[in-house]
Amino acid sequence: MKYHYLEDVWTVFWRDWIVLKRRMTKFILSRMVAPMLYLVAFGWGLGRSIQVDSGTYLDFIVPGILALNSMNISFNSITPVHAERIYHKSLEEYIIAPIWPDAFVIGKVAAAVLRALISSAIIVVLALLFGAQFTMTPLFFCVLVLNCIIFAEIGFLAAMKINTYEEMAQVNTYILLPMSFLCGTFFSTQTLPAVVRIVIEILPLTHTSYLLRGLGSGTEVSYLSLLVLAAYALVGMIWGSRAFRKLTE
Amino acid sequence: MIDVEHLMKCFPHKDKNGKETVKTAVRDLSFSVGKGEIFGLLGPNGAGKTTTIRMMTMQTQPTSGKIIYNGLDTAKAPQAIKSYLGVVPQHINFDQDLTVGENLELHARLHHMNRKERQQRIAELLDYVELGDVIHDGVRRLSGGMKRRLLIVRALIHHPQILFLDEPTVALDPQVRRRIWDLVRGMAARGVTVFLTTHYIEEAEALCDRVAILSKGELVDLDSPAHLREKTNLPNLEEVFLAMTDKAEGRGGRR
Repeated sequence: MKYHYLEDVWTVFWRDWIVLKRRMTKFILSRMVAPMLYLVAFGWGLGRSIQVDSGTYLDFIVPGILALNSMNISFNSITPVHAERIYHKSLEEYIIAPIWPDAFVIGKVAAAVLRALISSAIIVVLALLFGAQFTMTPLFFCVLVLNCIIFAEIGFLAAMKINTYEEMAQVNTYILLPMSFLCGTFFSTQTLPAVVRIVIEILPLTHTSYLLRGLGSGTEVSYLSLLVLAAYALVGMIWGSRAFRKLTE
Repeated sequence: MIDVEHLMKCFPHKDKNGKETVKTAVRDLSFSVGKGEIFGLLGPNGAGKTTTIRMMTMQTQPTSGKIIYNGLDTAKAPQAIKSYLGVVPQHINFDQDLTVGENLELHARLHHMNRKERQQRIAELLDYVELGDVIHDGVRRLSGGMKRRLLIVRALIHHPQILFLDEPTVALDPQVRRRIWDLVRGMAARGVTVFLTTHYIEEAEALCDRVAILSKGELVDLDSPAHLREKTNLPNLEEVFLAMTDKAEGRGGRR
């Protein structure tokens, strides 16, 4: 039997799209709160007394806020799959359907990326209103999308592997929260002790922060970071696909 | 139509001392089901009925054995087989964020039906089960009976050739149960093969052409309700079921 690759991906995405469309206003308003607080606290408040080499602290942290916010939104947008698997059992609809199994992973990741990009657009608008200056190039956008894909895939994997709500919340506490602060979002990783820096520089968010900051300010960036992000995205997709297929073992 | 050959399913399990071991949920199960037949799988709790259905609907893989549909092996052509199976699960598993209509549309899209087919079929089936007026309601708002009927509607959208019903009338009042029976009979009359598991023996007696009785994952007997009564010289299928499962489970018999 022939697979309906694109049609299956669209069906999975369509389900999330109609839910998002119904809640769009609430979604946009709720996504404005955290970036607004970051921009006020670190941009206006604390930021006025800090100078960095490349310009104002506001200009410095906007790429960091974009990186951490897209990470959080893409991860958290996909975690309802956990409830669909464990509590509502609605994932069974996809398992018994004659669809290409990877379509489920791709469709869910794509929907999470869309949510994270809407949220990122809100931050860009707010940051410009706050007076931040940065350049958005197509490569800047690609890095942002890659970051969303990686963390949506991590969210998907968590939803496939973890069996309780409590453990899902622990992923936020032990993985996302430390990354939010340490991966070059609010300060340069250069100031960290060498041993800590080695660990931090392996993490994908560090590469995203570094690339977004470099591309946003028009300075040279290392394309090795782009390769690292692409590798993370590829491994995440393969692992996610395996985890979904394993549900039927 | 359906050939199940030496089916076996084992799960990792911890014994009473906490030691890792393996539990056999289904053991060496073989049977065949013909086109348009209503086939019942009966057994006490934990007999392996749901595990059997989950293997037959490819929600879990057998540890060993084969399931063949119209000559196609589930291990080799899962997608082709899935396109003609309809599954009504034991639990209510609608997408809680979608309305009644959206849940049905999702199912139709997952089975690659085009827009016109989807709209026609959803309207036709909702009218058939008298749920047309709740199409825009959230599924959370429906009563238990409505949800059960809707589960059947969802499974029928893509015109399945084989319909799996896992305890379709559990916790329903007699009126709703009878309506579901009528629905099942109607499907079989149109040539759909129905594979049913139930706790209600009178349901199996009223609906099924043949029943298989399972106990502790093993097939105890398989025959028509009338032949089973005749063989055991007992007045109804419930007595037959109790006698056979008691014997299989090593209880002395309660009569």
